[in-house]
Amino acid sequence: MEDYEKTGVVTLDYLEKLGNVPSEERLKKGPVAMTECVQDIPCNPCFEVCPVKAIEMPEINHRPIVNFDKCIGCTLCMQVCPGLAIFMLDKSKEKPRVTIPYELLPMPERGDSVVLIDRNGNDMGEGKVVGLLFPDKKYRSALVTVEVDDERLLYEARNLRVVGK
Amino acid sequence: MSDLRIHNHPILKYVRGNPLKFYFEGDERIGYESETVGAALYATGLREFSHSFKLDRPRGMFCAIGQCASCRMRVDGVPNIRTCITPLKENMRVERQMGAGDKPANTSRAKTYKKDLEADIVIVGGGPAGLSAAIYAAKFGAKIILVDRFPKLGGQLIKQTHKFFGSRKHDAGTRGIDIAERLIKQVEESPETMILDESEAFGYYEPGMIAVAGKDTLYKIKAKKIIMATGAAEKALLFENNDLPGVYGAGAAQTLMNTYGVKPGDEIIMVGAGNVGVIVTYQLLQAGVKVKMIVEAMPKIGAYFVHAAKVRRMGVPILTRHSILRAYGNGQVEGATIVQLDDNWQPIPGTEKDVDVDGIAISVGLRPTYGLLNQAGVKIRFVPELGGHVALRNRNLETSVKDIYVAGDIAGIEEASTAIMEGRIAGLSAVIDMGLAGKEAEELRESVREELKELRAGPFGTRIRQGLEKVEVL
Repeated sequence: MEDYEKTGVVTLDYLEKLGNVPSEERLKKGPVAMTECVQDIPCNPCFEVCPVKAIEMPEINHRPIVNFDKCIGCTLCMQVCPGLAIFMLDKSKEKPRVTIPYELLPMPERGDSVVLIDRNGNDMGEGKVVGLLFPDKKYRSALVTVEVDDERLLYEARNLRVVGK
Repeated sequence: MSDLRIHNHPILKYVRGNPLKFYFEGDERIGYESETVGAALYATGLREFSHSFKLDRPRGMFCAIGQCASCRMRVDGVPNIRTCITPLKENMRVERQMGAGDKPANTSRAKTYKKDLEADIVIVGGGPAGLSAAIYAAKFGAKIILVDRFPKLGGQLIKQTHKFFGSRKHDAGTRGIDIAERLIKQVEESPETMILDESEAFGYYEPGMIAVAGKDTLYKIKAKKIIMATGAAEKALLFENNDLPGVYGAGAAQTLMNTYGVKPGDEIIMVGAGNVGVIVTYQLLQAGVKVKMIVEAMPKIGAYFVHAAKVRRMGVPILTRHSILRAYGNGQVEGATIVQLDDNWQPIPGTEKDVDVDGIAISVGLRPTYGLLNQAGVKIRFVPELGGHVALRNRNLETSVKDIYVAGDIAGIEEASTAIMEGRIAGLSAVIDMGLAGKEAEELRESVREELKELRAGPFGTRIRQGLEKVEVL
């Protein structure tokens, strides 16, 4: 039994071991998808929706594997993922950025400060919302892009809370 | 008076319609056109709906989908009305029912008509399986009657606000509520399909005949083929005070908040960390309900990891090897005592802990509702891997009684996506077997079978495959 099956939390180490964490070099080139879908479950929308075939999935019960060199960071897979298990990481801008799928109220606005939360539900620090995508009516998960000072948050922040609303 | 109605939701927009005045034991209350009597009462703070038959214990809403007897009340003088599936009407008079209830005060309201109907296929149940069966059978010109218990078609799909897993070809990534809307529209637009909603199929008395209690009419429906797609009911769990109002199925919580926009409580504990438990937990959080924890008796989380991860990062602890020992509270739930279990599933003394909550949601699995099949004399087998009693069947989903087919959760507890595919197979089989369709339908059926097989091929499908081996024997 893997630890995450007991805790509901996957560690960064484990994700690295699976090869799910994009390299520093790739992150400097622009946004790229990091998947945290680690089980072999029957699900393939990310694979089917990817416009550049950057997601490998030998068959529907296989977990997705992102080819980071092919991925263009378009977020289509994030929009469609039923597990909300895909995040976008980017170190090509002035400050590092992480994009998180968000389906709660209150909805943040561009420029808002948000508290970033880790996989255990613990507060990690603050960030500023620099991008907000409300995907079309069909998907209805907002994608919130947050700029952070501490680049560690890219790898650990997986939820957020709007401050002062 | 409290109002537990939800007004802002990240996914849903509640269209409630006009307010309706009604009376609970003489007390004026306000509900809405979109609500059932039970939802309106719950929204206005009622927890105690009835008293039990023998021991006079208070009972609250438990299943919210007409499967249990907890919310039966006296409505306009008529006892035993399942308030959870009865649409609210202006000026209704509702009273708590004590035990079996007195006989109707005045029988004029109970005036009913009788009618005989005929069809090629009668489908019992308007959830994903029943709707899909109707759509695929209608493609080949079958005259269909679809019987459904609820005021609104769609079964349990209409409360599934999450995006579906599965194959992109079959709507994965689309929310259940959107899939429901599309399926319902297709059925409603089919000129060959007659829909009997708010109608209960209650009897199979002679071959090819289903007895149905409609809104004000008793129907005898004769059909060449019958497709049973009656779905499932939530299992109960044995613990002290498990009948206390405020103990309810996770699905009931989901119905209240997602179908009717009513908060099931303010602070809840979830029992069971399978997919239903964690998905409903996530939806409770979306509705603004605090979920204090999820307890799971198994040593590991049964749900897909990604679902569990969603609630964990929102701060909800999942305690494996923990269970509920008892519910406490005066007349309604005020808390739950939880306990750690050892490797033999026994409570470890000294690990008991009281958690103050106003709701206890139970998600320990579903069981197929096979009553009508039993009545029809279909060969049934108890198969734990499929959730309980299910019909033996052949590859076409035809049971041991000729002309009766099964599809969806009644055939074994799985998911909406598999129910949709089974519905298609049953619908196609019915039209093929009665000679309405030929090669085209057979090819279509084969391709659906292939896709279904693919979905069940992974490690999470192991138990289902084992279960199917025991029943797909005809």
